[in-house]
Amino acid sequence: MLSDYIPIAIFVVVATGFAVFTLVFASLLHSEKYNKVKLEPYECGIEPITDARDRYSIRYYLVAMLFVIFDVETVFMFPWAVIFDKLLLFGLIEMVVFIFILVVGYYYAWQKGALEWA
Amino acid sequence: MPAGVSLRDFYYLLPELVLTGGALLVLIADVLLPRRSGHALAWITLLVLAATLASLGTFSGTHEVAHGLIAVDEFALFFKVVFLVSAAVTVLMSVRYLEIEGASPGEYYFLILCATLGMMILAGGIDLITIFIGLETMAVSFYILVGFIKPNQKSNEAAVKYFLLGAFSLGILLYGMSLLYGLSGTTNLRVMAPVFFGPETRHDPRLILAVMLVVAGVGFKIAAVPFHMWAPDVYEGAPTPVTAFLSVGSKAASFAMILRIFLEGLPAMVHDWQILFEALAIVTMTVGNLAALTQTNLKRMLAYSSIAHAGYILIGLVAGTPRGVSAMLIYLFIYTFMQLGAFTVIVLMRRRDVVGDELKDFSGLHFRHPYAAFAMLLFMLSLGGIPPTAGFMGKFWLFSAAIDAHYYWLAVIGVLNSAVSLYYYIRLVVFMYLKKDATGSEPSTTPALTVALAIAVVATIYIGIYPRVLFEIAEASARTLGVVGITAALP
Amino acid sequence: MLLLIPLLPLVGFLLNASFGRRVSKPAAGAIACGAMIASFLVSLVSVFRLIALPADARAIAQQVFTWISSGDLAVAFTLRLDPLSAVMILVVTGIGSLIHIYSTAYMHEERDAEYARYFSYLNLFAAFMLVLVLGSNFLVLFVGWEGVGLCSYLLIGFWYEKKSASDAGKKAFIVNRIGDFGFILGVLLAFVHFGTLDFQEIARSSAALGPEAAFGTMSLITLLLFVGATGKSAQIPLYVWLPDAMEGPTPVSALIHAATMVTAGVYMIGRNAVLFSHAPQTLTIIAVVGVATALLAGTIGLVQNDIKRVLAYSTVSQLGYMFLAMGVGAYAAGIFHLYTHAFFKALLFLGSGAVIHALAGEQDLRRMGGLKKDLPITYWTFLIGALAISGVPLLSGFFSKDEILYRTYASGHTLLWIVGLLTSLLTAIYMFRIVFLAFHGHRAEPFADAQDRHARPPQSGSHEAAHAAHLHDAPPAMAIALVVLAVGSVAAGYVGLPQALGGSNRFEKFLEPSFTAADVRSTPDVPDDGAATEGLELGLMAVSTLVAVGGIGLAFFFFLANPRASDRVASQFPGLHRVLMHKYYVDEIYDAAIVQPIRIVSEDGLWKGLDVRVIDGAVNDVAGTVGGASALLRRLQTGSVRAYAASLFLGVVLILGYYLWR
Repeated sequence: MLSDYIPIAIFVVVATGFAVFTLVFASLLHSEKYNKVKLEPYECGIEPITDARDRYSIRYYLVAMLFVIFDVETVFMFPWAVIFDKLLLFGLIEMVVFIFILVVGYYYAWQKGALEWA
Repeated sequence: MPAGVSLRDFYYLLPELVLTGGALLVLIADVLLPRRSGHALAWITLLVLAATLASLGTFSGTHEVAHGLIAVDEFALFFKVVFLVSAAVTVLMSVRYLEIEGASPGEYYFLILCATLGMMILAGGIDLITIFIGLETMAVSFYILVGFIKPNQKSNEAAVKYFLLGAFSLGILLYGMSLLYGLSGTTNLRVMAPVFFGPETRHDPRLILAVMLVVAGVGFKIAAVPFHMWAPDVYEGAPTPVTAFLSVGSKAASFAMILRIFLEGLPAMVHDWQILFEALAIVTMTVGNLAALTQTNLKRMLAYSSIAHAGYILIGLVAGTPRGVSAMLIYLFIYTFMQLGAFTVIVLMRRRDVVGDELKDFSGLHFRHPYAAFAMLLFMLSLGGIPPTAGFMGKFWLFSAAIDAHYYWLAVIGVLNSAVSLYYYIRLVVFMYLKKDATGSEPSTTPALTVALAIAVVATIYIGIYPRVLFEIAEASARTLGVVGITAALP
Repeated sequence: MLLLIPLLPLVGFLLNASFGRRVSKPAAGAIACGAMIASFLVSLVSVFRLIALPADARAIAQQVFTWISSGDLAVAFTLRLDPLSAVMILVVTGIGSLIHIYSTAYMHEERDAEYARYFSYLNLFAAFMLVLVLGSNFLVLFVGWEGVGLCSYLLIGFWYEKKSASDAGKKAFIVNRIGDFGFILGVLLAFVHFGTLDFQEIARSSAALGPEAAFGTMSLITLLLFVGATGKSAQIPLYVWLPDAMEGPTPVSALIHAATMVTAGVYMIGRNAVLFSHAPQTLTIIAVVGVATALLAGTIGLVQNDIKRVLAYSTVSQLGYMFLAMGVGAYAAGIFHLYTHAFFKALLFLGSGAVIHALAGEQDLRRMGGLKKDLPITYWTFLIGALAISGVPLLSGFFSKDEILYRTYASGHTLLWIVGLLTSLLTAIYMFRIVFLAFHGHRAEPFADAQDRHARPPQSGSHEAAHAAHLHDAPPAMAIALVVLAVGSVAAGYVGLPQALGGSNRFEKFLEPSFTAADVRSTPDVPDDGAATEGLELGLMAVSTLVAVGGIGLAFFFFLANPRASDRVASQFPGLHRVLMHKYYVDEIYDAAIVQPIRIVSEDGLWKGLDVRVIDGAVNDVAGTVGGASALLRRLQTGSVRAYAASLFLGVVLILGYYLWR
């Protein structure tokens, strides 16, 4: 039973290894010469004019939250799609119900003006 | 099609589906209808609840549906009726309250329906996963509802407290559940039960740890001492109708969950959890009643009284007999009406400039509004357990179940506690009937509130005088609960 | 038919409670009195129908509906009329009606709404009492049992503006609840033991068992039931509420003391006579508690100065007698005393009410005197009542009290008999202390003084002026009640005329079926009616007559002929006098031993200690009022949530600790 998880374990090791390897390898190679441009968050973007700790409009969070909800929706759809051939009609109805509920929520948020910026 | 899942399952889940659809309908109606149509939304909500109630009656018998995730039996049915009725009374209470508070009704009613849906799933859940989902559907809705009056600091504070502590206790509960899963290899309670009957598992310390954690987790939900700290603050801060629904629906649903988990899933561990619940029952009753004695805020007082009532109800679980379980169902049913009734009177006292939940707001109520005062008198007597009100019948049945199961001391402590509790119930009566300094406010009645009050009054009197029907239904419901009579099942 | 008996007063209650505020006083009074009198008439008819039945089948039952039918418990809401309940309903409705009539005059100074409220409570009281005595099982009885408790609370606290009155109401209710605690446990235990709550069936099952030699389940059941009886019927240790109950209007005192409420405990024991007979240990306890209460209350009654308080202690004392009778197995004698006592105690209370009414609220005996001249009707009726309660021959109290003393002696409890006799002496003394101090001699001070002292200020100024000028005797409605009760006090005893005096003790014969099990009709151990016992009975009668007359003589000596002598006695035994004046400090002891600890644990421990200080901090109060202190608030809010979470965690640790320790 536990052996089912071996591919995942390998995946975790490889992913972590890659990140660690990249960072370590880069730090070994690069030369440490800092200047003002290099320390900016975006080397080739708009120049920052104020402190990063600023108040954001609440709408950022609203949009972010809506994004997360619809993003997570996809997480449910992948496993569903994998075993769809076993679920058949029942699975289809389940997913229709699920998406319908989301659509209602989406419609509600839209009508309430959650997507309008001004 | 996977084994155990069929289109028939949708048929057995009809009430839940109707309720879900109805909740969405309310949400859409809120957008489509012109602003300030709170009454229309309340009507739609009531219709949804009525339709759900009607759909409960379309099938009978005992079934396990959706891969054994949900049981559709009379036990679940009994609780579902309790939830739907208390949700309906809550909606009736809320109409005017929301107008005064200026809160948006659409989301409010939607959340009430969502919470009800969570409760219904909880009552039917015979799988740890279903139970968890039901619990969270209910709890998350309540987190928002408690803080629904946004400009009110107390309401906000209550919501944050409830949320944080709820999350904390949920962690404990989940830890316990995951251990149960780990030890039995299943999340299904009815599959789990025989696994634990094995001689080596029964004394596994990890299993004891799991049981203990689950007890602590559910103890929070029913506000058993020492997991009760949130209750007074949350009850006081939340909008009054939400407090009512929280103290009735959430409590009943949590008891349904407790019965399912411990009687269906963990009968093998009866000796471990029984003594635990016995201690919890005693401490809960005593602390709840003693703390209620000195409260001057009515919602706070009822919060402590509701803690104490959870202690009484636990007596039935400790007894562990079919009679004990039916006594719990009966008591929860009765408690629903008397508690909702008491809160309805408090809502009645709410005016634009008066909160009306302090004891002094009730002084001389008899002279300003004799009917409201009489209704409150009735609810207080019922909560105190005086015949011929329903509360007496409930207590009588609980205590006799305890004596029947040879828990004499538990019954003695219960009776003693209900004697103590009368002091604070009667104190309110004194204020209403025997004080005349008319500082309190004039209660304002609306048809909806009158109907809510009438339902509670009629139920409280009717069950007190003629409890037979309820008793029969409760006994039948208790019998359908998987493994009732655990004490007999054990060597 | 039977259902009508409690239903009529209930309808009266509903009418007055709903519409009473809108109708005039005469209408409200008429509704209440009409309901009671109609109930009395129905009772009479029912009792006549009962008597028409053959002696060993005297019972009429009416099942109203099946109340609970669940598993092994089936309880029907059944009313059952048998000889015992027949006596009780006649007392309740008969005396009750008279008290209602009396009240129409006594309460006439109340405002319309108050007047209707008063009568609605009165009717409800009677309705619950009737349910209590007619119920055929414990659960129906308990409905009435709790109902009278509630009504007594409402009525004792009727004048709620007076703190002492509302305190007394609460005290009555709470003390009664302590008794009920025992009672309900007894009921539950009886159900577990016998599997039924029906009186008949319990009697039958317990009759099948032999009397318990050692202290067993039946003794425990009966003892718990007796705890309930001590609460309702004001016996040691739960008698403390009854004297305080004097804070209610006087007719209410009469109702509580004579017809309803306090008789409930005695009735309940009589109703379960068969059960109690099989628990001799409990019976001994009952007899001893009864006689001790009688003596204790009698001694306290000697020195009290409030006219109603003296009467209250006399009730406690007389109830002690009834329990003595129950304890020695003389159930019929106890009920007989209950029945005669209802007449003369109602009479005495209503008489004292007439005095208080005439004196515009004065209740202190030391400020009364010489009222005989101004209040002739009151005087003569009160005198009859006092003679009856003292046990002067040929009046009703003599027969019933003597029966109890005789039965006590005959059952071999000589010590109890002596104490009973002593109490009888005390009764005569304190009753005639009232008679002499209030009606004879002369007033200690001009009455006009008393007006700023009364407990209950009357409404109109002119009325007071009239009082000061000339004391008026009882108005017609009150006078009728007094005269009827006086006649009753004289005549009521003759239905139970003992054989020794040429009667046939018909009352006892009538009641007998109620005290035996329906199937197992064993002959109760009534002593043989031979000449020897008759001689003994006559001898004992002579002794108690001497005691009664002696008591009256002592009272005459101390309180009328030689008033200074009583002061001298008091000053010679200052300690004793003080203890008696303070009622043996029982209230103070209860307060220190029970009330204060609970209050301290609740208030200082749980509320102030745990809830306020540890958790909420003083800050949550601030939060409600000062919105601006949000910074502080926020900081302390997180603190409190942490405390809550800590408590949650602590709970888990405690449970874990238990398992580790185990």
